[in-house]
Amino acid sequence: MDDNVFLAELCAERAGLRIDPRKAYLIESRLAPVARREGFGSTAELVAAVRTRSEERLAIACVGALAPSQTAFFRDRPVFEHLWRELAPQIARRRADGVVRLWSAGCATGQEIYSLAMLQADEPAPTGPVELFASDLSERLLDRARLGVYSSFEVQRGLSARQLVRHFENRDEHFQLAKRLRQEVRWRRVNLLDDLSPLGVFDVVLCRYVLSSLTEEAQRRVAQALAGVVAPDGVLVLGNGEPPPPGFVADPAFGCVLRRAVDVRAAA
Amino acid sequence: MSARKRRRVRGACELKTCLVVDESRVVRKVARRLLEDRGFAVAEAGDGMEGLAWCRAMMPDLVLLDASMPLMSGLDFMRRLRLEPGGRAPKVIFCSAEANLDRIREALDAGAAEYIIKPFDGDIVAEKLALAGMA
Repeated sequence: MDDNVFLAELCAERAGLRIDPRKAYLIESRLAPVARREGFGSTAELVAAVRTRSEERLAIACVGALAPSQTAFFRDRPVFEHLWRELAPQIARRRADGVVRLWSAGCATGQEIYSLAMLQADEPAPTGPVELFASDLSERLLDRARLGVYSSFEVQRGLSARQLVRHFENRDEHFQLAKRLRQEVRWRRVNLLDDLSPLGVFDVVLCRYVLSSLTEEAQRRVAQALAGVVAPDGVLVLGNGEPPPPGFVADPAFGCVLRRAVDVRAAA
Repeated sequence: MSARKRRRVRGACELKTCLVVDESRVVRKVARRLLEDRGFAVAEAGDGMEGLAWCRAMMPDLVLLDASMPLMSGLDFMRRLRLEPGGRAPKVIFCSAEANLDRIREALDAGAAEYIIKPFDGDIVAEKLALAGMA
């Protein structure tokens, strides 16, 4: 079997990822750093090792590297503002302890969860504290997210200059998010195909433009699994155009903000 | 600044207007293309004095301003612009290779609406225009 077909099957099997084996340049560019880091002379040697060794860590490193990682601060800014100013306070008022739990599932390099951390710093919720939780399949991306270091291109996608000067420090040619905000987030490696119930229940689950990178079967499985960890009156936020899981309907103001159909009826 | 150039920008008066002040012809050309794609009528100035002359002739809605020009710095240009009749109206977006956060803070505190770090692309310009309320 061709190496790229093997890798596409590996990604589909382990993480439900839809990888096009014809995009050889993309596969090569994503795997080359993994090959270097693991001490292989080429990506072909790396793939040969994945094929022959039963070393799960190596296979997962390849799958993680091939997973899409595009994200941005405040992607669809009005959605974040609606979430923070309207939905989170509504949910907090219904909680005995006033705590709102938010999860960025498939967080890549962390820009979305850090957007919420910045909102928390700039506009503290009057109703209570929030818990910020973020996960990704890739340890490499989680390491980058924890570090919170971004290029000038990355910080200029979605961040205002005022937010940049307020929350970041110069770090060589890059910018690092202030430690006090990085410490607000709990990180964990999570494969969305695994059983998600041990993670608990969340008031807001953000999983944006992840489903569209999965195979059809994985899309259904992951959407249902995510729906299972959203609190009865919570919200699931997908990417624009990503279909809601069964039983969820779109918020009238934002099509990507989804609630349980029964909750919408109760609110109406 | 020729009369022909001024007429061309005035002719597009129904559009939002942007003055690009940057000593680099390449940066001005790239900025012009990106701004025209977003519906702006664009004028160019190679330094602060030429930029102020443009503003006296026709005050733009937006100024995209190089922070570190040799004859007159971006900050000096903005301070002088604000003293001109109607000069408080234009939004000013600084555009500079200077990525030091203290310098960016200084520009914002002096009244810049936004700050673009060079190099930039169309997505960044679009984001910054939106954040400055000029989309």
